[in-house]
Amino acid sequence: MTGILEDKDRIFTNLYGFQDWRLEAAKQRGAWNATADMLSMGPAWLIDQIKNSGLRGRGGAGFGTGLKWSFMPKVVNPARPHYLVVNADESEPGTCKDREIMRHDPHLFVEGCLIASFAMQANVCYIYVRGEYVREREILQQAIDEAYAAKLIGKGNIHGWDFDCYVHHGAGAYICGEETALLESLEGKKGQPRLKPPFPAGAGVYGCPTTVNNVESIAVVGTILRRGAEWFAGFGRPNNTGTKLMCISGHVERPCNVEEVMSIPLRQLIEDHAGGVRGGWGNLKAIIPGGSSVRMIPAAEAETALMDFDSLSALKSGLGTAAVIVMDNSTDLVRAIARIAYFYKHESCGQCTPCREGTGWMWRVLERMANGEAEPEDIDTLLDVASQVEGHTICALGDAAAWPIQGLFRHFRPEIEARILSYRSRRPHVQGATLVAAE
Amino acid sequence: MSVRRLAKDQPASFAFSEATMDAAKVWIAKYPQGRQQSAVIPILWLVQKQEGWVSEPAIRAVGELLGMATIRVLEVATFYTMFQLEPVGSVALIQVCGTTPCMLRGSKDLMAVCEAKIGPKNHRSADGRFSWEEVECLGACVNAPMAQINDYYYEDLTPETLTQIIEEFASGGAPKPGSYAGRHTSEPAGGALTLTDPALYDGSAAKPITKLPNAPEPAAS
Repeated sequence: MTGILEDKDRIFTNLYGFQDWRLEAAKQRGAWNATADMLSMGPAWLIDQIKNSGLRGRGGAGFGTGLKWSFMPKVVNPARPHYLVVNADESEPGTCKDREIMRHDPHLFVEGCLIASFAMQANVCYIYVRGEYVREREILQQAIDEAYAAKLIGKGNIHGWDFDCYVHHGAGAYICGEETALLESLEGKKGQPRLKPPFPAGAGVYGCPTTVNNVESIAVVGTILRRGAEWFAGFGRPNNTGTKLMCISGHVERPCNVEEVMSIPLRQLIEDHAGGVRGGWGNLKAIIPGGSSVRMIPAAEAETALMDFDSLSALKSGLGTAAVIVMDNSTDLVRAIARIAYFYKHESCGQCTPCREGTGWMWRVLERMANGEAEPEDIDTLLDVASQVEGHTICALGDAAAWPIQGLFRHFRPEIEARILSYRSRRPHVQGATLVAAE
Repeated sequence: MSVRRLAKDQPASFAFSEATMDAAKVWIAKYPQGRQQSAVIPILWLVQKQEGWVSEPAIRAVGELLGMATIRVLEVATFYTMFQLEPVGSVALIQVCGTTPCMLRGSKDLMAVCEAKIGPKNHRSADGRFSWEEVECLGACVNAPMAQINDYYYEDLTPETLTQIIEEFASGGAPKPGSYAGRHTSEPAGGALTLTDPALYDGSAAKPITKLPNAPEPAAS
């Protein structure tokens, strides 16, 4: 069998879009089945079920979804309505899963929006789709229109909970995937993260109680409730339960998206679904297992790693969005990480000085290393800058910029030192001083 | 951060087309009363669809429409990198993803094609019909390398297929978006290995559910 998860237990049965995404076909695959019964159980029951399922946020941080929902005020103040905001600003390098949900299984997603909104007593949901996903946005909007026409959502719908679902979009800013930057952006401002507290559940969009969830976290809710919290909790390991969409990119034979159980061995995931590492497992250099923000792990550790929160954090990496970026022995790791550093430099919102300046410094030093112009002591300077950025910014982008660099040197420092020495030894003994200024 | 400034040459004026204005009103209606500022990004996007880029008079017009200070709209237009602050290729704007997952699979070669066929990045070709730029992760990493051309994604590209796509645009065609390696979407090349069980699609999942798992027993009535 391929992988661990069986077809009968997959939530996203139209992941690849071979079936029709429209309402009737989606209903045949189980969407919108018994939704009214779920709502009739009341918000407290819904939140309990999601807590019991062990579902942790699928956007990268892995915070318990049910717990997050429970932070919303229990009584709605009419002057401050509740909002559900769905984060569909998928831009973490390596990640391309929410896209498939929006364009191939949009009804599961819209149904999840209704259930989650009801559980938090919100009558309005905004879905913030990244600007580049034009096609995805078009399909999602059509699916929402179908749901309105069929009275599944909207005012006076058959579920008895007035619910409006709106698609909003961004315009190409990675930082808007950070929940408070997303809220700023939704309010029509620059996407610069807010200080927390207050947390969005206290004061989110328009100053009202708001919960921000990832697309995948919301889209799985309907199926979890239909099949039972225990069913979902039966996959994976304790604290790392359920199924998860995983994206395998980079140097594999057949890159793909796939839904798998949490805690599947990383090697099995790659070999069963993506045809293995290009040139065989022995050709593996390193893997970034959770999107560009997490630290890479070398081949030896990848051998035994499991795709879940606990196993990967024990390796000083992380599950993130389960976006596996595979790099084989032909990869120039310094250049690969320099490109990621450029990404963070480009995407820093500019609000906090350590990140605005630090991301540029880190990129320039890595670029020098990749070009063969670095000095051995640059490594320590670089790690020093990384530690000055990490933890000293309002949001986690600073951390995310530092981690890939720390991961690189944690595992490959001797190799990079040898490389610096090798290109230095080829230089003439007497040469003009080439000072590369910090700027 | 990227430094983004308005173009030196600006048109004298800007006017919303009827279609743009109608669409803008739909956006404004999505947000609560008094929160019309929320529509600024979608409306700037509509303006860009209308004109091809975002000019200074357009920024003022959007500010007036939404009751926002011009500087607030200017901030948004310069912060978000999808807003083109200078005219781009009239036939095609090619945005090649250059971030690591695409880089690992050959985005540099795609950029070389663009450079050879169109010219240096961030500039229009001599006839003004094409322009290209390198952009950050577009979120189609398992279909790398890829590019967004105008609105849609062209995936699993090679220098040959990208050349062919550019030539098709040049001769007035509209090449089909999607994978250029024969894949349907993001399944593994050669065909899906999962989701092959016909029972998933026979309608059995639509059968009424009499009692949800863990539902409390209904109170005796």
